Amino acid sequence: MRFVARKLGFYLAAAWVALTINFFLPRLMPGNPVEVVIARMQQSGPTPPGEAAALSKLLGLGSGNVFQRYWQYLDSLSHLRLGLSVSHFPEPVSSEIASSILWTLLLVGVATIISFVLGIALGAVAGWKRGFRLDALVPATTLLTAMPYFWVGLILVYVFATNVVHVLPASNGYDTAAGLTVGFNGPFIASAVQHATLPALSIIVTAVGGWLLGMRNMMVSTLSEDYVVAAEAKGLRPSRIMIGYAARNAVLPSISGFAISLGFVVSGAIAMEYVFNYPGIGYMLVTAVSNDDYPLMQGIFLVITLAVLGANLIVDLFQGYIDPRTRIAR
Amino acid sequence: MTATNLATATADAAAAPELGGQRPGGRLREAFRSRRLVAGTAIVGFFVLLAIAGPFFFPNANKIGGPQYAGPSARYWLGTTQTGQDVFAQLVVSARASMEIVVGVALLATVVSVVIGITGAYVGGFVDEAFSLFSNFFLVIPTLPLIIVILAYVKSSGIASLIVIIALTSWAASARVLRSQTLSVRNREYVLAARASGERAWRIIVVEIVPNELPIIVSQFIFGGIFAILTQTALQFIGLGNPTLLTWGNMLNIAYSDEALNAGAWWWIITPGLCIALLGMGLALINFSLDEILNPRLRVYSDRRSRARRSRAGRAPAGRAA
Amino acid sequence: MTGREGRMTGDVVLRAEHLSVEYAGRRPTRAVRDVSFELHRGEVLGIAGESGCGKSTLAYALARMLRPPARLTGGSIEFVDSGGTAVDVMALAGERLREFRWTRVSMVFQSAMNALNPVTTLGRQFDDIFRAHRPSMDKAARHGRARELLEMVGIDPARLRGFAHELSGGMRQRVVIAMALALDPEIVIMDEPTTALDVVVQREILDEIERLREDLGFSIIFITHDLSLLLEISDRLAVMYAGQFAEYAPSEFVGRAPAHPYTLGLLRSFPDMRGGRRELRGIPGTPPDLRQDFAGCPFVARCEYAFEPCAGTVPALRQLKDRPAGDGDAWRAACHLQDPDHRPGGPPGELRPPEDAAVAGPAGDRVGGTTGPVGSSGGGTAGPGGSGEAAGPA
Repeated sequence: MRFVARKLGFYLAAAWVALTINFFLPRLMPGNPVEVVIARMQQSGPTPPGEAAALSKLLGLGSGNVFQRYWQYLDSLSHLRLGLSVSHFPEPVSSEIASSILWTLLLVGVATIISFVLGIALGAVAGWKRGFRLDALVPATTLLTAMPYFWVGLILVYVFATNVVHVLPASNGYDTAAGLTVGFNGPFIASAVQHATLPALSIIVTAVGGWLLGMRNMMVSTLSEDYVVAAEAKGLRPSRIMIGYAARNAVLPSISGFAISLGFVVSGAIAMEYVFNYPGIGYMLVTAVSNDDYPLMQGIFLVITLAVLGANLIVDLFQGYIDPRTRIAR
Repeated sequence: MTATNLATATADAAAAPELGGQRPGGRLREAFRSRRLVAGTAIVGFFVLLAIAGPFFFPNANKIGGPQYAGPSARYWLGTTQTGQDVFAQLVVSARASMEIVVGVALLATVVSVVIGITGAYVGGFVDEAFSLFSNFFLVIPTLPLIIVILAYVKSSGIASLIVIIALTSWAASARVLRSQTLSVRNREYVLAARASGERAWRIIVVEIVPNELPIIVSQFIFGGIFAILTQTALQFIGLGNPTLLTWGNMLNIAYSDEALNAGAWWWIITPGLCIALLGMGLALINFSLDEILNPRLRVYSDRRSRARRSRAGRAPAGRAA
Repeated sequence: MTGREGRMTGDVVLRAEHLSVEYAGRRPTRAVRDVSFELHRGEVLGIAGESGCGKSTLAYALARMLRPPARLTGGSIEFVDSGGTAVDVMALAGERLREFRWTRVSMVFQSAMNALNPVTTLGRQFDDIFRAHRPSMDKAARHGRARELLEMVGIDPARLRGFAHELSGGMRQRVVIAMALALDPEIVIMDEPTTALDVVVQREILDEIERLREDLGFSIIFITHDLSLLLEISDRLAVMYAGQFAEYAPSEFVGRAPAHPYTLGLLRSFPDMRGGRRELRGIPGTPPDLRQDFAGCPFVARCEYAFEPCAGTVPALRQLKDRPAGDGDAWRAACHLQDPDHRPGGPPGELRPPEDAAVAGPAGDRVGGTTGPVGSSGGGTAGPGGSGEAAGPA
C-alpha cells in the first residue's frame, strides 16, 4: 500500500510540474500571445465577449502578480475552460481534443501493443538461439529502430499508396469522400481500419526492433543464470527452458521499459500522423502550431502529458504487482 | 560470485562489470575485434567527414534553376528537387548542420546529466533525493510535445537555441543511469580512500569517479546523439526548428510539402531519411558493441570460429555440449 | 593405465580417459589437462583442490554441461549402466543427450538459490523434470512423487506450492538434492553443495547425503576445496592441481600418508578435529596461470621438496606399487619423489607409504583376488567409506 501511495504521489507531483511548466511557457514568446490569438480568431469570425480575458487567464497572463495569475490559470483548467481553438474556430478546445484523442489512442495503442508482443517474442527466440543465424538480425534491427517513424510512413505511402501500387489509402482516418457515417457501423470501421494500416505498419516496423534487441540482450544474459544452466542439466525440453525459465525472467525489465517508451511512442506518432493527415491528436498539435493556436497547443500538451503520466502510473503499479522486488523502497 | 558461472570465466575478461582496472589501451584494442564496433565507427566517421568536408565541395547547394524533379543522372547523381536544386549536393551539405546539432545536443545533455546524476548521487542525502526527483519528472513528461510547444512560442531561428532546447529536455535518462552507477561506485575502496585522505569532493568526482564511469558516459553520449538526430528530424519535418537551415530533416519537410510523393521523386524522399537512419544505426551499433564489452555475459562465441580453431589444431571436434 | 585389471568390488559406472578442457581466448586457459579416472558403483569419489584448479570445470565436462568459451579438447567419457551397457557420453547429441541427462547423471549445484527458478513454484519445477523424462506419469503420479522426494529430504511437502525465496539456505539445498534424485540417477555430481551453508547445516546435509546414498545406492562425485570433508565422506580422493590430478588414492590412507607434497601441504593447513594440536602450515605461493604449458611439474615453484628433475620433466601420474590400492583402482601420484628411477632411495619421511598397510604387489597380481589392504586397522581418521568395504568384494 505504501508502494501505491508513493507512486501515486510521484505522478501527481509530476502532473503538477507539467501544469506549472505549461503556465510559464507563454512567457517565452516575445510579444503578447493573447493579442496574436485574438487577431487570428477575428479573421475567422467575431470573438465572443470576454474571450480575451479568459484567454489571458488560461495562458497565465491574467491580471495581478505571478501568484494571482497562477491561481487564475489553475482555476481555468479545473473548470476545463480550455478556450476556443483558433484553427477550428469557434470550436472549444476541449471538444476538439476529445474528438481526436480517440483516433490516436486506437492507432498508437494497438500498434504499440503489437510491436511489444512481436518484439518480445522475436527477441526471446533470437536470444535463445544465440550465436546462430538469427543473431545477424542485430544490425538489421538497429537500422530499423534508427529510422524515423514518419520516414517509414513516407516510404510506405510511396510504395503502397501513390507510386508503386495503389492498394492502401495515403491519408485521413477514413474515406471522407464516401459519405460514410461516423460510428459503429461496418463500412465505417472497415474504412477506418484500411486507413489505419499504413500508419500502424510504420509504427510497428520501427518499434519492433527496440523490443527485440532489448529482449534479446536480456535473454542472452539470463541464459547464463544458474537456474537456466540447471534446467539444461536436468534435461528439460528446450522449449520449456526457453519460455518458462529464461523468457519469464528476461521479460521483466522490458515491462518497465514499456512505461518509459510510452512517451517516445507518443512523440513519434506526432510526425507520423502529420504524414498521413491522420485525424489524431498529434496531427492536431502540428496544425495548431502552424496556426499559432496557442490555446489548442496548451490543451493538447496537457492532455498528452497527463495521458502519458497516467499510463506510466498504471505500468509501474503493474510491475510492482508482478515483481515483488520493485516494491522495496530504495 | 558463482563458481558455476562458466560463461564469465574467460581468460581475458578480468572482473567485467567492475569498471576500470585494466589498461585502457589493451581493452580498446580487443574491443575493435568486434565487427559491429568497427562498422558503427566507420559509419559515424564517414558522416563526420562529410560534415566537415562536404560544404567545400558544394558551395552552392541551394542553387535553384535546374530541371524540376529530374531523376538521377550523370549530372545530378541523386536528381533534383521541385525547384531544380541538386539533391546530392544538398544531402552532402546537410550533413554539417545535422551533425552539429547531434554533437551539440549530445554534448550538452551529457554534461548536464553528468553534473546532476553524479554530483547528486555522490553528495547524497537531500540533494540526491531532490536531483533524482527532478530527473524523474523530466523522464516521464513526454519530450517532443514539450519541445514543440516551447519552439512554437520561442520562434527563434538560431541553431544554438534548437540545440539548447532539445538538450535540456533529454538529459534525464542519462542522469538516472549515472546516478545509479555512482551510488555503487561511491562505496568502492579507492573513493573511500580518497575521502579519508581529505580530498575535496569536486576533485574526487572529477579525478576518481568520472574516469571510472567513462564507458557509461560515452554510451550515454551516444544515446544522446541518437535521440538528437531523431528528434531534430521530427521537429524539422513538421516545420519547426528553423527551416532555413540545410538539414536532412528540412529536406524531408520541403520534399513532403512540395508533393514529391505524388511526383514520384523517390530520390528526394528516400535519401535524407536514409542518411538519418544510417547515422542512427552507426551510433546504435557502437553502443551495442560497447554494451557487449562492458557486460561479458552478452558475448556470443561464434561456433564457426571455434570449429576452425579446432581443425587447425588437428584434432577432431570432440562433440560440443548441446 | 585404465585400471581395468582392478575391477573388483563394485563395477565401474563411469570411466573418464584423458579428458582435457580449455577455455577459448587469445591465450586459451587449459583448465583440465589429461585427467583419467574410474568411478565405481556406489562409490564416493572426492575431488579436492584450490579455487581455479579446474575441478568445477571437470564436473561440468562430465555432465556434458560445458558451454562456450569452454570446450572439450580431448578424451572420452564412458558411462556403464546397471545392465552393463556402455554409453559413449561424448557422442550423445540432441534428444539422446537430453534423455541421458538427469536420468543417469544429475548434478547438485553450488548455489541452490540460483539453481532454482525464482518465478515458478517448486512444484512446477519438479513437474518439469517428470514431464521431460517420464511422459507416462500423470498429474497425480507426478505430484505424488514430488511429495515423496521432499519428504525423503525432510521438507514439508506443502512447500511445493511455494517459491524458492521462501526457504532458508539449508532447505533450498535439500530441495535441490531432492530434485537431483528425482529420476533415480546412478551418479550424482555435487559441486560444493555445502560451501554456502553454515557448519551446523552443513553437517545435516552431509548426513542426509550419506543416508540417501546408502538407501538408494548411487555414486557420488563430490567436489570441494575442503579436504577434511572429503577424508571423512569419500571412498577415493583425487587432489587436483593446475588442471591435473596430483594424487588419486583411497581416502582411508591418504590422510595419514599422502604421496604428493601438495596433498601433504593441504593436510597440514587445517587442524585435525580429533587429533592432537599441531602447528598449522600453509602452502606458500599461488596457483599457476593455466594459460601456460608446464615444462616440468606445475607445483615446482611452491614445493619444499623440489629436486633436480622437477623443473624440467613432467611427472606422470604413476601407479604407486608399494601402496594399498583400495577398491578397484590403484593409488597414483604425479611426483618424481615417488619414482624409483629419479629417487632410488625413496621419498622423504613424510611422504612414505603407511606402515600398517600391506603392499598389494605388482599390478598383474590383483586380478581375481581380494583387493585392499589385508589386516588394515580401518580405524583412525578414515570415514565410513573406507572401512566398510575394505574387507572384500562388495
